[in-house]
Amino acid sequence: MKSKNPPPNESVLDLARELEQLSRSRGEWLKGSGPESDIVISTRIRLARNLASYPFRSRATEVDRQRIQQTLKEAIFRHAHPTQVIYVDLEQLDLLDRQLLVERQLISRELAEGQGPRSAVLDRAERFSLMINEEDHLRIMAMASGLNLDEVWQMVNQWDDRIEEHVVYAFDEKLGYLTACPTNVGTGIRVSVMLHLPALALTRQIEKIFRSLQKLDLAVRGLYGEGSQAMGDFYQISNQVTLGLSEQEIMKKVADIIPAIIDYERKARDLLMRENLRNLHDRISRAFGILRTAQTISSEETMHLLSSVRMGIHLGLIKEIGIPELNDLFLQTQPAHLQKLAGTELDQTDRDIERARFLRRHLNKEDGSQTAKGGSTSG
Amino acid sequence: MMRCQRCDKPATFHITELTGGKPVELHLCEDHAREYLMQAGNEPASAGSMAAVLAQQMAKQLALSQTAEELAELDQQLCPYCGISFYDFRSQGRLGCPYDYVVFEKELQPLLLNIHGETQHKGKRPTHSAELSRKHTELIRYRRQLQEAIQEENYELASRLRDKIREIEESSSE
Repeated sequence: MKSKNPPPNESVLDLARELEQLSRSRGEWLKGSGPESDIVISTRIRLARNLASYPFRSRATEVDRQRIQQTLKEAIFRHAHPTQVIYVDLEQLDLLDRQLLVERQLISRELAEGQGPRSAVLDRAERFSLMINEEDHLRIMAMASGLNLDEVWQMVNQWDDRIEEHVVYAFDEKLGYLTACPTNVGTGIRVSVMLHLPALALTRQIEKIFRSLQKLDLAVRGLYGEGSQAMGDFYQISNQVTLGLSEQEIMKKVADIIPAIIDYERKARDLLMRENLRNLHDRISRAFGILRTAQTISSEETMHLLSSVRMGIHLGLIKEIGIPELNDLFLQTQPAHLQKLAGTELDQTDRDIERARFLRRHLNKEDGSQTAKGGSTSG
Repeated sequence: MMRCQRCDKPATFHITELTGGKPVELHLCEDHAREYLMQAGNEPASAGSMAAVLAQQMAKQLALSQTAEELAELDQQLCPYCGISFYDFRSQGRLGCPYDYVVFEKELQPLLLNIHGETQHKGKRPTHSAELSRKHTELIRYRRQLQEAIQEENYELASRLRDKIREIEESSSE
């Protein structure tokens, strides 16, 4: 991979290798396993924490941020072994690698696009990630495939306890954990469950469900969090309120609504199967056909078509590919992953060609009718 | 009497719009103020996160209950620890340090109620005390004063501040 940065030292090369490996692996949240995993993609929880003795990010000087980073890094590494985690200094990372981590949902766009000293400690198995100098000094995140709130909560809670042994958090009797934005004050918790809702989207019932969620103070976001579009019919349901309810109450509030949404989606799928099977089957087969034969394809179209295929697999209409393999394609056709796997930086036109080639290669493998190398490279 | 910029009714609401490039003063009647705020709320979140937009919106609503003079006065109030003004918070949607929750308590209260419907924390707490946290936040002020003392070559004050800082740092939970 080409880098425009100054000559990399050894640790940077090591990091590049680590990220290269990461880009080829399957992240925890895309395993496609766990309870209700035909509809629930993943469960994530994050906690926002700040050190009491430093200004929040907007007022922190470069020196402050370096000291915050050092303090938190030391606290974290008392409990994490280098074989378990990867330490990523965002200032040393080029744009492509930062984007790669955003695509894997290991860091936020805010951290990737930020300025100054900031870093992340990433679990190699991608079950947790600790971000330093994001909007708050520390963001503790954990994630799991499927609907798995207890396990994920235990992980963030444990990291919170461990780090707190070594630092003094900004905490107030009345307002709880103090955060840079008043929308996070109190517990600092954001519980979010990512759902795949293609049938509700197809039958145009999704808006109605979102409106009712908003009445319950729950937020709905797209795949890549705040402000992102619902690409590939993926939606994240999360809490808005962080103050005045305990962590358990907040988790319960999110957990209570999920079965109802799962139920709506299943019913919508049943209905489509019962009353519109031919159209549905046609739509899904066409999606699969385009993905297997296209010569150039955008990221958006890919997401959209993969979404149909994903539903098709669960409905037994597509048997050539399994969910874990399909989940890999969702991730590996994203711009940074694609470039990382191709081993070179590509502009948008070339990315679309490379994406189509990548899809042909991976979707035609078992079929035997085309070679694994993807026949026509002339495009 | 000042008239509403959109009709002939008296302007009872004075809004300073801070989301654009430079502040824009608006003087509106109650109906048009409401309409204006509704519109502002419907705009897509272009830059920054939804949270920031929400905070800004809330801050705007908060501004509605104040007169222009009160608001100007409020805006100039500075946090003695981090130096942020309430104007800074209103325009960025982010606070400058933990002590802002104390300095701007009165202004933040309605905002918190609006977002969370509550103002009392429930749930997890650290093993260290809130008192220790408050003491550590004082370091923000002392460090700033130390920088100023060094710049002014007031070494006696600088030395006293260094002692204070050390004392607090050593009282940490470790």
